[in-house]
Amino acid sequence: MSISPNEVPFAGTVPSPKTENEGMITGSWRTRRPILDTDKCTECLICWISCPDSSIKSTTAGMEFNLKYCKGCGICNEVCPVGAISLVPELDFED
Amino acid sequence: MLEEIKSLRKAPEEEYYVPGHRTCAGCGPALQYRLVAKAAGPNTIFLGPTGCMYVANTSYGCGPWAVPWIHTQITNGGAVASGIEAAYKAIIRKKKTDAEFPNIIVMAGDGGSSDIGLQALSAAFYRGHNILFIAYDNESYANTGIQTSPTTPYGAWTTFSPAGPVIPEGKKLMPKDLPKMMAHGHPELKYLATASLSYPLDLMNKVRKGLNAEGPAFLYIHAPCPKGWSFPADKTIEMGKLAVETGMFQLYELHEGQYKLTYQPKEIKPVEEYIKLQGRFSHLQPEHIQKLQQFANGRLKEVGIEVSVPAQ
Repeated sequence: MSISPNEVPFAGTVPSPKTENEGMITGSWRTRRPILDTDKCTECLICWISCPDSSIKSTTAGMEFNLKYCKGCGICNEVCPVGAISLVPELDFED
Repeated sequence: MLEEIKSLRKAPEEEYYVPGHRTCAGCGPALQYRLVAKAAGPNTIFLGPTGCMYVANTSYGCGPWAVPWIHTQITNGGAVASGIEAAYKAIIRKKKTDAEFPNIIVMAGDGGSSDIGLQALSAAFYRGHNILFIAYDNESYANTGIQTSPTTPYGAWTTFSPAGPVIPEGKKLMPKDLPKMMAHGHPELKYLATASLSYPLDLMNKVRKGLNAEGPAFLYIHAPCPKGWSFPADKTIEMGKLAVETGMFQLYELHEGQYKLTYQPKEIKPVEEYIKLQGRFSHLQPEHIQKLQQFANGRLKEVGIEVSVPAQ
């Protein structure tokens, strides 16, 4: 993150991000990945409101995780009233 | 005028505290920040006195706010908010802008509100500026590596109050009660409440009530910190719930000088259930736990909750 002195913005003012802050991508922090069992999920939105990283979204296809930013804290798994979310070690995945 | 949020499905979908910040996994303060931003909406200016929610969010010249945000020193969150509020009022009065008066929210930590930032907070409330001052309480100076703050509970381990052979309980002092300090010394105060991130609807509605109030509003939010309190990152919500259920934290609003409970647990649990899950209390002996139980019972009595767990 080194920039030349000429490129430093006046008074440190930077534009606000709109939907995500690409200056700090945190998905690589994760050691466990949340996996949703769509059969069990009732879309009660409790995981959505409990995510500190705004990384769960309610879409027409059900709840979706934003793995670009998910830090893998596991709060969603903990608060799910029907046990529809499980945490799988990251090393089990190819990507 | 912001409307009451009746259910989770009615809560705004838009995020104004967007993903991409350097807070720890399972961060309580980050979660409450997101809920506050969600409730406040797009016409908001956030002020960030130095603390976790400034340092961990603004690393490397970027920040996660989709609304304007400004850093203030840890001492002067209230003063900068006063200036912004007065300037907005003036340019609206002089018809130099057609903008709507914004929600001005100070997001101060327990250090920036109850300790170092106390004088600016008190002065802004004394003068009656139309701001919402939020103190998110993670019970320590966490951004510098967990040092004791005035709201750190008795018996908690911090790097400034380590437990050892001379002082076996760690922190010796009882915590400062900031919401009650604010409640009874500021005649201009229009709204005061405490909230917890484990009760998100309650929290968001209190933010909206505070913003709707025409004058200074104070909100005190309990925000468990997995790193500082030494508990697993996925237990943040559970820890917030247990704090309320054991009486270590009470949810109330100030209504005409009286504390009106907004959530009353059916049964008060012993504080031991709360502290045994946290590494910062792992050194406590039974006599120290009794002292902590006395503290919780005292706070419960003050807001009118009947105490059901006796302390010897």
